[in-house]
Amino acid sequence: MVLSLGVICLVGSGLLAGVYVLTKDPIEAAAEAKTNNAIRQVLPEFDGVPEQKTIETDGGTISYYVASNAGEVIGYAVTASASGFSGPVSLMVGITADGIVYNTSVLSQSETPGLGAKCTEPAFADQFKNLNPAATKLAVKKDGGDIDAITASTITSRAYVAAVNNALAIYQAIVSGGVPDMSTGASVPTEDPAAQSAADTAAAQTAGDTAAAQTAEENK
Amino acid sequence: MEYLIIIISAIFVNNILLAQFLGCCPFLGVSNKLSTAVGMSGAVCFVITLSTLVTYLLQYYVLVPLHIEFMQTITFILVIAALVQMVEIILKKISPSLYQALGIFLPLITTNCAVLGIALIVVTKEFTFGGEPHMLNLAESVVYAFASSLGFGLAMILFAGLREQIALNKVPKPFRGIPIALVTASILAMAFMGFSGMV
Amino acid sequence: MGKFKLITKGLVKENPTFVLLLGMCPTLATTTSAMNGMGMGLATMFVLVLSNMVISATAPYIPDKVRIPSYIVIIAAFVTILQFIMQAYTPAMYETLGLFIPLIVVNCIVLGRAEAFANKNSVIDSACDGIGIGLGFTMSLTILGLVREILGSGSAFGFKFIEGDGIIAFVLAPGAFLALAYLIVIFRKITKIE
Repeated sequence: MVLSLGVICLVGSGLLAGVYVLTKDPIEAAAEAKTNNAIRQVLPEFDGVPEQKTIETDGGTISYYVASNAGEVIGYAVTASASGFSGPVSLMVGITADGIVYNTSVLSQSETPGLGAKCTEPAFADQFKNLNPAATKLAVKKDGGDIDAITASTITSRAYVAAVNNALAIYQAIVSGGVPDMSTGASVPTEDPAAQSAADTAAAQTAGDTAAAQTAEENK
Repeated sequence: MEYLIIIISAIFVNNILLAQFLGCCPFLGVSNKLSTAVGMSGAVCFVITLSTLVTYLLQYYVLVPLHIEFMQTITFILVIAALVQMVEIILKKISPSLYQALGIFLPLITTNCAVLGIALIVVTKEFTFGGEPHMLNLAESVVYAFASSLGFGLAMILFAGLREQIALNKVPKPFRGIPIALVTASILAMAFMGFSGMV
Repeated sequence: MGKFKLITKGLVKENPTFVLLLGMCPTLATTTSAMNGMGMGLATMFVLVLSNMVISATAPYIPDKVRIPSYIVIIAAFVTILQFIMQAYTPAMYETLGLFIPLIVVNCIVLGRAEAFANKNSVIDSACDGIGIGLGFTMSLTILGLVREILGSGSAFGFKFIEGDGIIAFVLAPGAFLALAYLIVIFRKITKIE
């Protein structure tokens, strides 16, 4: 009795190990193809394979990709995520060498179908195409920013914006060589009311900072 | 504070039955009577919490170190099946009265997808719970599993109460049985949607 | 029973979703669109056909006492194989269906067919039975997914024909229960099966 169950378990796991070895490469290839497609989507034309690098942040090690054309760096593809409605929203954000967000692509999200899941659709995502972070307030309109939130999915929209902000912070750190300050971006999508008001203040602060920066620029 | 968020989120906001559809078979199958619903919920609570504890340890102290994560589904379901058997035997010896109450539900629980579902969720999904996305640690996993099973119990008992009332009414013939139960479940799910966005 | 009859009975007479009411969790959870419903149905059918065949072939050698655990191991092995294949060749679908792929292990349809049919019939008959029940499941999930997608997002199989939002509740949990309830009622009315 025990013997036959043992034999079945043994044969079963042997079979599994076999299929695992067989499909290991295609699974890795599929994952790699997904990343590469995402990079190609979020950056202008580049040659060769983008170079993968990593950067240390207070939240752990984050990998990013450097794309170059004829030896010249044309942009960075950064993976960044923020907490959405039912889990993390994780994005590939392409930022060109002059600091413009070229495009974004959703790597994974588990938002509600028909509501938050619409963040993958062009109607929302295209707002982040060719976006100059210096000229746009990166926050949803409800928080005083320039981004139209998805109808009835403010939390997802905030998460998307926060992820883009995180990516920009990482980009700044890559370019300047410092540690990215992701505190503002990360706290925005929090669903806790207390944290929410804090996030609102933070958003207002960001807005204030931008305004201050603009004034400073005008004064120059 | 974080544990409170986990508990509220698992019981009300992401109710395992009404928002995640895990464990629908007992939800529709044994919810005719309030007393059976209570028994089933008790048994599920017990098994989910215990099996999540065991599968969590198994995942991080056996499967991951040995690099055989691909055996996850098969080992988890075997562990759950064995655990249910063991609980049944132990319960029979230690507390015959509790066995009387829960015993008949135990064999059904092995194939209750809520049990395997929660065991898999805690080791594969990243949670946020008002902070950075992260994988759950052991304490969080067990609290999440227990709270989820409480959510199962809550939905199950509410639903059984409603069905007992409906059974007294005249229902159009094609709606008798499962369809009217599904319509009731739909309204109950709608009520639970009121909690969404709370945490 | 003829092979053809074995295959067609799952579509109407023993339809797993509308008549037998089995496998409710994936039925309700994955049918947010017609494509997702179809994907889930086909994934279940893959496991059902293969596990039915293997269980039918090995049933004479398995002692009665360890019958159920043995079936579970066989089913779990095929589910894991399915996970590998989907991860490698249809990663997008694998991600959408997510948790409900490993949960095919505890789908009552698969274990139910093993216990009720495969362990006392020939391999070929068991395969036909698996195909029949699998097709019935796929069909029901696709119909349910289609209804929810049309009402909920104003599209069918991903093609949008209504601008703007649909009745979002139909994509969410309440709509799943409601759509299934009415489909069962309509199915009962048409087929006169109680």
